[in-house]
Amino acid sequence: MTDMLQEIWANLRHNKLRTALTGFSVTVGIFLLIVLLGSGNGLIHAFEHNSGQMAMDVVRVWPGITSEPYDGLEKGRTVRLDNRDLRLAANAFPGRVVRATGEVSQSGVSVSAGKEHLTGELKGVFADYGAMNKVQMELGRFVNDRDLGERRKVMVVGRKSAEQLFGRAERALGRYLTADSAAYRIVGIYSDKGMMGGFQAYVPFTTLQLVYRKGNTVEGLLLRTRAIDTEATDSVFQADLRRAMARLHRFAPSDRSALWVYNSTTGAKESAEAMGILRTALWVVGLLTLLSGVVGISNIMLITVRERTHEFGIRKALGARSWSILRSVLMESVLITGLFGYVGLVLGVAATEYMGVVAGREIIMVADMEMPVFLNPTVDLGVALRALAVLIGAGLLAGFFPARKAVRVKPVEALRAS
Amino acid sequence: MSLIHLKDIEKTYHAGAPLHVLKGISLDIERGEFVSIMGASGSGKSTLLNILGILDTYDSGEYVLNGTPIRHLSENRAADYRNRMIGFIFQSFNLIPFKNAVENVALPLYYQGVSRRRRNALAMEQLERLGLKEWAHHLPSELSGGQKQRVAIARAIITQPDIILADEPTGALDSQTSVEVMNLLGQLNEAGMTIVVVTHESGVAYRTHKIVHIKDGLIGHIEANPNPGASPFGEGGLMK
Repeated sequence: MTDMLQEIWANLRHNKLRTALTGFSVTVGIFLLIVLLGSGNGLIHAFEHNSGQMAMDVVRVWPGITSEPYDGLEKGRTVRLDNRDLRLAANAFPGRVVRATGEVSQSGVSVSAGKEHLTGELKGVFADYGAMNKVQMELGRFVNDRDLGERRKVMVVGRKSAEQLFGRAERALGRYLTADSAAYRIVGIYSDKGMMGGFQAYVPFTTLQLVYRKGNTVEGLLLRTRAIDTEATDSVFQADLRRAMARLHRFAPSDRSALWVYNSTTGAKESAEAMGILRTALWVVGLLTLLSGVVGISNIMLITVRERTHEFGIRKALGARSWSILRSVLMESVLITGLFGYVGLVLGVAATEYMGVVAGREIIMVADMEMPVFLNPTVDLGVALRALAVLIGAGLLAGFFPARKAVRVKPVEALRAS
Repeated sequence: MSLIHLKDIEKTYHAGAPLHVLKGISLDIERGEFVSIMGASGSGKSTLLNILGILDTYDSGEYVLNGTPIRHLSENRAADYRNRMIGFIFQSFNLIPFKNAVENVALPLYYQGVSRRRRNALAMEQLERLGLKEWAHHLPSELSGGQKQRVAIARAIITQPDIILADEPTGALDSQTSVEVMNLLGQLNEAGMTIVVVTHESGVAYRTHKIVHIKDGLIGHIEANPNPGASPFGEGGLMK
């Protein structure tokens, strides 16, 4: 065995350029495949993360800016939602809207506890907000209906903020903190793992409207819906909703930019479809990359075998069996593809790791949600190894047929080959 | 039983128009003989040598090598026969260009499963015998024609075969070197080895003990040469 490897090593060393070229094509092939699949996975993971942030059967509505004049009003008007919209949403769509909630927020809030200070954002939310946005509670409770009814000054803060203000999250529970000179009691700690940005805390919707003199303003609606889970039902519901709200706020029902509506169920379906297409496209491109690598190896093997036919003739004259020649050609091919493929694998993984560090948490803000656009660009090692196995297999096959043909010719003919 | 027994060997090439190269060759070569097969180019002498070396097949007739009929030998057994029983010397040396002299000489032993250390030692011994010790680690491209042919001879004899087949062994050499190579073959024969040389040069043929004249695929006559030193080209003879 070591003897055969030494023989192969001698052959490879003799053909440095050819070995290097073959190796290069294999390395590049595997490298490209991994980087490609890795970046694709980065996009897919980000999408999955984003669609996973919202519960199903939730419709979000944000006000926009009108894009057409209507009812004597000019275009370019900012639409403002208020408590009437909450009532409208709650009452006008029986059987479809189960519960209508809204949210308001205040940014630039100075928060302090003892000597510690933070600046950040307060969100006024309903009790259902936590469930609809998958807020993970770690300690205590979320805002509840009694808080809203009594306009209590209670607050749910993130673990990191709690630790910054009180040293330990457990110590924060039940304590008071001051936000813009009003005191709030901390009733819950939520998990803000992986979240970026400064202080963000939840307070009752009604409390925030009152404390910050928001009047009836609602910044966005969050509707818990039922049976609006197909494109058809979604478009009917959206049309009804737009018509009703257009009447209330005097904009054209056809004005898409006056109101932004996102249905988590159909949205998730759409992004799942988009991801499916992306995934397929990635695989097609990846397989084509692999195929070009395979063609490269096949080419080189064809040339190698043709070049070495005379040598095979000499070896046969000296007593080499066909199988022993065939075996050494195949081993050579496997060694080159395996070795250089491994190099490509390592480089590819290193490149995806680098991408993960540099662009791993590229975040855009959509309304009040953080949306990573690129997340965790890694490749399943199994996929990478299978790709390598495919290349090695291809190298074997590509070497096998011409080599078998070459060793099958009579020694005298092989000796005549130049 | 002769070492080589040929009876009515025929061979036709079918590339393009059929070419009837051997038209019924019958020949016996005994162990220890030093024979040359001589003829003009196209006479079929090289084809005959390739058949003797089991490098090529024949269409009909009978070839028995050391008691074994060759006709239906499997490919692997043919390889083993070539490895153990036959040593080849070619006109163009056929050394492997990326292996040095000692590795080239050792190659037949690789196919016998001899360890690297042992076969290199044996190869070194052979090279030393042929005066090539200093050149053992040089590549063929760094050797002269005569040196290359001596390396090839070392390779041919390293397995101690029953027979050496030499196809125009002096064809690529100058006359002085040709004499040296033929002398070397003569010494090997004196040491007991059976040698068959194919040549178109009478100077080479008359260095052997028996000259088989071949013409148009048939054996013309077989000439005994009891005094092989005395070539028609003069004493000690320049052969060209």
